Amino acid sequence: MITKLNVASIYVLDKDEALDFYVNKLGLEKGNDVRQGSSRWLTVRVPGNGGTEISLEQPGPPLHDEATAERLRELITKGALSGLVFNSDDVRGMYETLKVGGVTDFTQEPTAHSYGTDMGIRDPFGNAIRILQQGNVSPEATA
Amino acid sequence: MSREVEELNRRLLRARDAMDRAYAEPLDVRAVAGVVHVSPAHFSRCFRTVFGETPHRYLPRRRVERSMFLLRDTDRSITEVCFDVGFTSLGTFSRTFREIVGETPSGYRSGHGPLVVPNCVQMANIRPRAAAPAATRSSSFGEATTDAVSIA
Repeated sequence: MITKLNVASIYVLDKDEALDFYVNKLGLEKGNDVRQGSSRWLTVRVPGNGGTEISLEQPGPPLHDEATAERLRELITKGALSGLVFNSDDVRGMYETLKVGGVTDFTQEPTAHSYGTDMGIRDPFGNAIRILQQGNVSPEATA
Repeated sequence: MSREVEELNRRLLRARDAMDRAYAEPLDVRAVAGVVHVSPAHFSRCFRTVFGETPHRYLPRRRVERSMFLLRDTDRSITEVCFDVGFTSLGTFSRTFREIVGETPSGYRSGHGPLVVPNCVQMANIRPRAAAPAATRSSSFGEATTDAVSIA
């Protein structure tokens, strides 16, 4: 039986810029960073042991031909690819921290729902990220 | 050339996000065009090219989707819902809702209860897409076919 989601991947336009955002802005930690020639295996993860590695993948050769990579970059920047959902123990605090840190691309300010409070942001390239604080039940969903 | 396309896409996405985030505010397409620093006419053309519909269609459909949510999930009056989602007149709200969903707000409310999917999933998947032809207006969410998850 499968026991864990070990690695998930997300397309980014630039690995260094992605690393800066996901680590320095969002608070993840760098996982693997292995260079071999022009290739670089780069992952980030939720701090602590046992979490899922998020592989930051840059479209381009040798994985993709240039035309395919160009299509992927267009799809990333129009927000058409998939995103990530994280859990947090203090989503409103994170919202304030992110704003102070210069993040402006909020797709949704912290909002209470029956299942918790969540917010939405985009990474610098257009990928959707949601951050959810579960179990903070409000009497009525407000949006 | 590719970099220019990516940069424009990203700016247009930022404008679309502004509509999804601030639909309840007195937002119009001219204000949204300001987000990307282009003229409203140029903005509308570019937006349509990238997302397949004009911002003049996108914004009311977001507002109607949010009103559908409030009608399903809350006890707020139809007038309150109208203003909650950014419409400024009940007549415009009711007409727009009917055009997009195919039934009146009160008719929609009586036929639907809360959905047991996260709010972000609803916003992503239930925003009505196109005016349904009269013959196929039996769908509960405009064109979206999500009846299976309704617990009405």
